[in-house]
This record gives sequence, structure tokens and C-alpha cells, in this order.
Amino acid sequence: MNFLILSLIKAAVVAFVLMTTLAYLQWIERKVIAHIQLRVGPRRVGPHGLLQPLADVIKLLTKEDLLPSHVNKVFYFLAPFIAVFFALIAISVIPFGTEINVGPIHTAMQLTDLNIGVLFILGLSGMGVYGVALAGWASNNKYALLGGLRSSAQMISYELPMAMAIAAPLLMLNTLSFRHLVDAQGGYYFGFIPRWTIFQGPFPQIISFLLFGIAVFAETNRVPFDLPEAENELVAGFHTEYSSMKFASFFMAEYANMVTVSCVATLLFLGGWQPLWPAAYGSNFVPTAVFLFGAVLCFYHGFNPARSFDRITLPVAGVVFLGVAGIFLVPIVATILLPLFWFAAKVGFILFVYIWVRGTLPRFRYDQLMRFAWTFMFPVAIANLFITGLAVALS
Amino acid sequence: MDAILFLIFAAFAVACAVNLVLQKHPISSALSLVGVMGSLAVLYLLLGGEFIAMAQLIVYAGAIMVLFIFVIMLLNAGSETRAKRHLWASYAGIPMIAAMIAIAAYIVQHALPPTEEVRFGAFQHGNAYDIGEKLFKVYVLPFEVTSILVLVAILGAIVLARKEVS
Amino acid sequence: MPALPQGAPLSWYLILSGILFALGVAGFLFRRNIITVFMSIELMLNAVNLSFIAFSYKLGQNDGHIFSFFVMVVAAAEAAVGLAIILTVFKNRQTLEIDEVSSLKN
Repeated sequence: MNFLILSLIKAAVVAFVLMTTLAYLQWIERKVIAHIQLRVGPRRVGPHGLLQPLADVIKLLTKEDLLPSHVNKVFYFLAPFIAVFFALIAISVIPFGTEINVGPIHTAMQLTDLNIGVLFILGLSGMGVYGVALAGWASNNKYALLGGLRSSAQMISYELPMAMAIAAPLLMLNTLSFRHLVDAQGGYYFGFIPRWTIFQGPFPQIISFLLFGIAVFAETNRVPFDLPEAENELVAGFHTEYSSMKFASFFMAEYANMVTVSCVATLLFLGGWQPLWPAAYGSNFVPTAVFLFGAVLCFYHGFNPARSFDRITLPVAGVVFLGVAGIFLVPIVATILLPLFWFAAKVGFILFVYIWVRGTLPRFRYDQLMRFAWTFMFPVAIANLFITGLAVALS
Repeated sequence: MDAILFLIFAAFAVACAVNLVLQKHPISSALSLVGVMGSLAVLYLLLGGEFIAMAQLIVYAGAIMVLFIFVIMLLNAGSETRAKRHLWASYAGIPMIAAMIAIAAYIVQHALPPTEEVRFGAFQHGNAYDIGEKLFKVYVLPFEVTSILVLVAILGAIVLARKEVS
Repeated sequence: MPALPQGAPLSWYLILSGILFALGVAGFLFRRNIITVFMSIELMLNAVNLSFIAFSYKLGQNDGHIFSFFVMVVAAAEAAVGLAIILTVFKNRQTLEIDEVSSLKN
């Protein structure tokens, strides 16, 4: 098929999936944090609050879109646009799976495979600082300016340990393209330990993974590093003067950044779409088993529901899960969906850790945050890079 | 296709550069400079310099310009006041500049024949592997010297910018 | 109207580099805010980088890319020290106009 048309179709699919993921990521976050805090979360809009993201979108779209008189109009309009633009464009280099054959079309499950993909993501995370800084400046308001400057300083301080934590596995894997990174993590040690970067000799990159994990919490302005946008600290930080769609843009940018860095962590450290144990030992049946287990749980609770409407919704959900489990058994579709399942499972795990940490940890004070970056993470990142380089050179 | 991309991004770069010179407030000039650097990164990609394009985004547009914007926001000194203009500078300046650029362009076109076209993908040695090989084998001495230069710059900036200890 | 060539000729890249350099010089000479003067210097350095990469394409070697890389590193160091100096001058004089920092002038 024509390259341009194929790329447009892939871009449309990725954009649609990404937007839906962002909306339901917020639903998952509210439910998980609610259960951590021993409450229930949204449950009125649709069964179990599943239509809550739709309600939020309608609310944000129909809210009055203010333009305060004292703001700098050009930057006020430009800042959320920049934030969203650089957050969403990073998805274009993330590979979701292997190369697939859909009918006559042979394509890769990725929008484009740059051979400097890792540098591209680093550059875009550097450019994302502008959205925040400009939002703070444009608002012409000392709380917003302080919030914007603090957030930008935090983002660029944590970019350094993040870049060095990315550089360490690259020393071992010897490539900058994401697809080749995942291909270099294929294979198994002793027949059953996957050759992911965190397990790979000569130096398993566990410290890099932890450093990267902590640094991206700060990069995406999430708890425990979310002082610049905390509501009880600085009014609302850099997005104080924004309302409705522009406010929604900042949140969309934050969630899109979360998804992007989770995907990057998966590709660099957790082996992308490589399964956890070899297919010879049955790892192809893991998604079927997971969805069957989900279906069994749904049916079990469907017969003894806590709420009366669950007598209908839970068995329906159980049937849907059975259908999905069945799809994974069809051999033609399974070759496309299996790598996608493993990738989605790993990214989902990292996003769950993001939400888990948000519900659990208190936030850092600003000077503690900066001191942590410069006096702890930066030397540890340098030492880790040095040891990795030594291990690679000596092997 | 390459020519169209070049024209679009070259026009954007020149527009942002003109905006830098003409704007009154330094923040607008700084953002115009970020625009110039972004479009130059695309032009480097067209010329086959993919590593340098990404280095431009990461180092120049993502770090140096953020430093500029921080300083401008911290100092908050406001717009520049308008200088007194000489009359003949306003009327003869721009046509003279245009004439000079036309002469320079003619000389450059004459020296480099226009049959030499820049095709995207014709230059294959701009990737990270080849640049790294050159950087660490042939140019390793300048590389180490610039690392000392950057260390001196860091120390100088810290000494200059810290608060006075009375 | 002659047909547009398939790829842009190399001379166009050099002309663009010249235009950007000239605009940098214009900004350097005519602006009075010290930070804008500094940004004009960065614009000149960028124009030179474009010139390096264009010639590196013509010669088929990537030495021009290495020079450009070093120019970027030096520009970063210069920006850091220069902005620190500007901060100090602002602390002492409360102004950013270069015409007013003239107490040593004859």
C-alpha cells in the first residue's frame, strides 16, 4: 500500500488508542487511589463509574473558557499548545509490537523507527519544559510564575540523571533505535531467564531502572515531586489562570508524558514485547489464562453482587473477557496480539506503580527535591554509568 | 519534496530570526530563537546530520535556551526602550541589505553549481556510530579539552552567581 | 517560472546561513538589551553550524558534524558564564541596557 496512506491509517489508530488510554487512565487512577484510601471512587456515572471520563470531557469542554485581562495573550494561547504538542509527538517513535502481516500489508507496529529514537525522546522531554515555563510566565501572577519556574527547574535538574540512566543500558545494547533495542533483549539465559536489560550481563541494569523510574516521576511532575502543581501549596501552580480546554490540555500532556516514559522504561529495561518465559514453556497462553481468570472472577461475583445492577454488568463483563481469551487462541490473530499484550502488560504495570506511589507517598519540599537530584541521584547515575562502562569494556 | 521542506523551514527560520531582531521584549526574542533552532534542526536532518540535529534539539533548544528564558524571567527587566532612528538608516537600510544579500547570493550560486542538490538520505555518515567513532578516535584531544572547558565554565558560573557570604 | 528542483541546491543552504549570520550581526549591533545581544551571538553561531554541516555534506565526510558539535559545546559554556555575568551586572546596576553600564567610559 502507499506509504503515506498506511502511515496516516497507523497514525489515526495510534491517536485513537492513545486518547482512549489517556481518558481511562484517569479513571483507573481515581479508582485505584480510592481503594488505597479505603473508599470507592467514582461509581455513579455509568456502571462502576466507567462513563466518568466522558462526563469529565463534557464538563471541561462546556466550561466557560476565560481569557483574563492581565495575561500575555500570545503566550497564554501558546503554552498549552506546546505542552500537548511535545507530549503527543513522542508516541510516534514507540514500537508496540513486532512486524506484522495484515493481509497483503507488511508493516511494523510503530509509526516510524528512527535510528536515533532514544535521542528524539530525550530532546522532546527537554522541549516540554517550555510549555510549563511559558504557562507560568504568561499568567502574569506571582504564584503561577513561581510554580512555573520551580517546575521547569525541577524538570531540567532531573533530566541529567534520567539521561545518564538511559545511557547505561545503551552501552550494553549498542543501538539507539527502539526496535533494535527490543530485538537485542530477545533470547533467554539458561533457557528460562529472559534477556531483559535488568537481567542482562555483564552488569544487570537494576540501578539504572530505579534511577530512571525516580527521575521520570520528577520529569512528569507526579507525586512525590508534584510540589509545583500541588493545590494546597501554590494555589494551583503554573496552571492557576487556565480554565476548561486549556487546563485539560495540561492534564492531557501530563498523562501523555506518563504513558510515554512508561513505554520508554519498558522498551529500555523490561524487554519491550518479549515474553517473560519462552514460548516453549507455554507463555503464549498467559493472556488467555489471565482473561479466563478475570471471566471466572466476574461470574463468581456476578452471582453474589454487592449492588443490584451488578447482576447484569458483571456477567456481561465476564462474557467479554471470555471472548477476548478466545481471540488470543486464534493463531493468526495471536501473532499480532501476543507481543501487544506483553507490551501493554508491562506498561500497565509501570503505570500502576505510578498510581500506587501517588496514593502512598507524601510530597517532597522543593529544596529537598533539588538536593535529592543534585547530591544523590546525579552521583549515583555517574557511578552507575562508570561501572557499566567498566563492565562492558572488561567483558 | 526536499526542496519544499527546505523552503518551508528556511522561511520559518528567517522569519523567526527577523522577529528576534525586531521584538521589544527579550522573551519574545528568546522564543523566536527557539523557533530558529528547531527549523535548523530539521535542515540538519535534510543534510543527513541526524545526530547533530538531535544534539541541537537536546543541547541548544532544550538546555541553553531554557537557561536564557530562566534568566529573562528571573530578571524581569521589561521591554527595551525605543532608540532614536536616523532617517536615512530607515529608508536606505533595508534596500542596501537586500542588495548586499543579492550580490552574496549570486557569488555563492556562481561558485557552487546548482546541479549539486541535497537529497535526504544521500549522506549516510551522520549517524551516532560514525560520529562517535570520529569523536573518540580522531578528535579525542579536542573532546577532552572541551570537557575541561565546560568544567571551568561551570565553576565560573557558580562563583559568579552565588550569593555574597558577608 | 522555472520548475522547482527535486532537492534544494547546496548553495541555498549557504545563502540561508549567510542571511541568518547577517541578521545575527544586525541584532548584535542594533539592540541595547544585553540578553538580546547575547541571543544574536547564539544566532550567529547557529548560522555557522549550518554552514559547517552543509560543507560536510558536500565533501562527504562527517568532520563538519564534529566541528559543529564542538561549536555547540563552546556555545553552552559561553552561555553559562555570560548569563552569570549578566546576572551580576543586573544585581549591581539594576539595568540591562548596555548603554547605561558605562561608568568606566571616557
